[in-house]
Amino acid sequence: MRITFPYMGNSPLVLKQILGELGYDVVVPPVPSKRTLDLGTKYAPEFACIPFKILLGSYLEAISLGADTIISTGGVGPCRAGYYGELHQRILADLGYNVKVIIIEPPLRRPADFLHALKLLFNERKAPLWKLPDIFWRGWLKLKAIDQVEKASHDIRPYELNKGETTVVFRQCMEELDNAHSRVEIEQATQSSLQKLANIAQDRSRKPLKVGLIGEIYVVLEPFANHDVQVKLEEMGVLVDRSIYLAEWTQNNALGNREYDVKKAAEPFLSELVGGHGRNSIGETVLYARRGFDGVIQLAPFACIPEIVAKSILPYVSRKLNIPVMTLFLDEQTGEGGIRTRLEAFVDLLSQRRNKKEGQLACVDI
Amino acid sequence: MRGYLGGDVGSVSTNLLATDEHGTIITSLYIRTQGQPIAAIQEGLAMLQQELPHDFEVCGAGATGSGRTLAGAIVGADLVKNEITAHAVAASRLVPDVQTVLEIGGQDSKIIILRDGVVTDFAMNTVCAAGTGSFLDHQAQRLNVPIEEFGNYALKAKNPVRIAGRCTVFAESDMVHKQQLGHSLEDIIAGLCEALVRNYLNNVARGKDILPPVVFQGGVAANTGIKTAFEKALKTQVYVPEYYGVMGAWGAALLASEKMAVDNNGPSKFRGFQAAKLDYEASSFDCQGCPNQCEVISISMEGKVIARWGDRCGRWESMLGSIT
Repeated sequence: MRITFPYMGNSPLVLKQILGELGYDVVVPPVPSKRTLDLGTKYAPEFACIPFKILLGSYLEAISLGADTIISTGGVGPCRAGYYGELHQRILADLGYNVKVIIIEPPLRRPADFLHALKLLFNERKAPLWKLPDIFWRGWLKLKAIDQVEKASHDIRPYELNKGETTVVFRQCMEELDNAHSRVEIEQATQSSLQKLANIAQDRSRKPLKVGLIGEIYVVLEPFANHDVQVKLEEMGVLVDRSIYLAEWTQNNALGNREYDVKKAAEPFLSELVGGHGRNSIGETVLYARRGFDGVIQLAPFACIPEIVAKSILPYVSRKLNIPVMTLFLDEQTGEGGIRTRLEAFVDLLSQRRNKKEGQLACVDI
Repeated sequence: MRGYLGGDVGSVSTNLLATDEHGTIITSLYIRTQGQPIAAIQEGLAMLQQELPHDFEVCGAGATGSGRTLAGAIVGADLVKNEITAHAVAASRLVPDVQTVLEIGGQDSKIIILRDGVVTDFAMNTVCAAGTGSFLDHQAQRLNVPIEEFGNYALKAKNPVRIAGRCTVFAESDMVHKQQLGHSLEDIIAGLCEALVRNYLNNVARGKDILPPVVFQGGVAANTGIKTAFEKALKTQVYVPEYYGVMGAWGAALLASEKMAVDNNGPSKFRGFQAAKLDYEASSFDCQGCPNQCEVISISMEGKVIARWGDRCGRWESMLGSIT
């Protein structure tokens, strides 16, 4: 069994470790690139969303590297992503690839399906049963460590003196974490990463604008899908808070159905479940407004119904709570130039607003 | 004489202008980019120099438009700014209490909402060009009416026909259908103008709070048919500035002068009008440094690399210092 998995953000480091320790031959898919998207777009239905296309391209790349089994996640809808594993399998079969797709459903909400997938997954494992808790626990620790280090990098980048330095250091940190496997190693790598990041030359006198990043989970978490908006904004000197980190999200969703505060915040505007992250997008916007953020950017795959529903409600939220919101729709047609122009204009808008609030001349921040 | 330069390099047109020290436009020009921005900028620069007094001294230069980075590198701009901010700055300089800016150019259209002189919201067309100048250009050709005359035809319409304007392809077939039914040219042209305005208001301006004063700028503002259709749809007067076609470039010049003032009026980075005669070359390559495979663009002047961009990590951009 040569196993591969969806590529999303920094999670491959964790999945690689867990599956490797279970005793599988792991094929880590290449980092998504234009080639991945071209492949995915070629074989996906035109109106599938960009996460579907990137994943399909990613699976095809992994298959060409020898993968014969794919593990993917399911969902509890109403968003099409819950069926994506199924559809991917059929498309791959039509293309003549004999690969098995194991779909992992949320354990507490779909226990029978979850156990079935687990059985498939564990059938050919080499690790003895007593080792499993430790394997998963260390995977979990690693995921949390990655998120912690990534958060630290986002807190530093807007202040960096040498543009690009944080990105270079962060890459080194991820390599270090990649090589850490035992509990002690993970802890050491985390501390040394945080130290390295803290050592970056910074100008802490800056007062960066604060922007919240919301939207559909895949395009929020995978920089390739969103044209690296978070880093782009941070290099423009904006402090960006991302609404989704994988460890927290797993805790809140895979294990149960929590995020009560987000749902409660969304309630005056949207009390229904609209699928995907639609309701979260509303709730998180409300929370960012309450926390005094300067603006919110919604990332949405083109044709994503949950995000479209959220987008049509957001202008009302924006007016009511007096917080600017900009939506970026993403698909394979999205141009880099368009994204950059909109980001720059949005940042100009926010800084003019702040200057005005602080009683300065309404002159454009240059 | 001292003054500032502004340039707006767009997909369809390249606009350049010069202002005096106080930001008043001295001379401006609007030429077609024709897919060759570097040549267009150089041509424009040479033309601009001829229009200007011999003692004109450039204290600052600003660039905007989709080709702003390129233009900035070629002329040596002190300020490179996105077109939304540039358009907003120019409109509010002219009409200080402006609350809505409608801008329709060759291939994109935008709406900018301002309150108390500050941009509060904006949008640009994303997936469709049915609400832009290129569409009108194309239809004018089909109807064999010079684009300059388009507006006058529209104003003569007695009963504008309703044309489906959601998409250029459907608009065209619907228009042909209306022609075959025997509607007059004037009614069809007026119908097209209304379709474009409807499409703009339903897509680009969706959900935006359009309040007067409304300023309409960009190349398409030359078309009185569109202006009238906007006034009809919005039930308010729409103001078209004298320099409607070069508002972006004017905004860039105004911003450049602001920037120079902030920097205590230091020397401008402007390369001088001789930049029109220098030999520029653009080339690109895929960086193989990491899986991102960024497309890196490099611009060279007289064989020397003067600018590079496109790399996410900045390794090529930062290497520049050591090369030049």
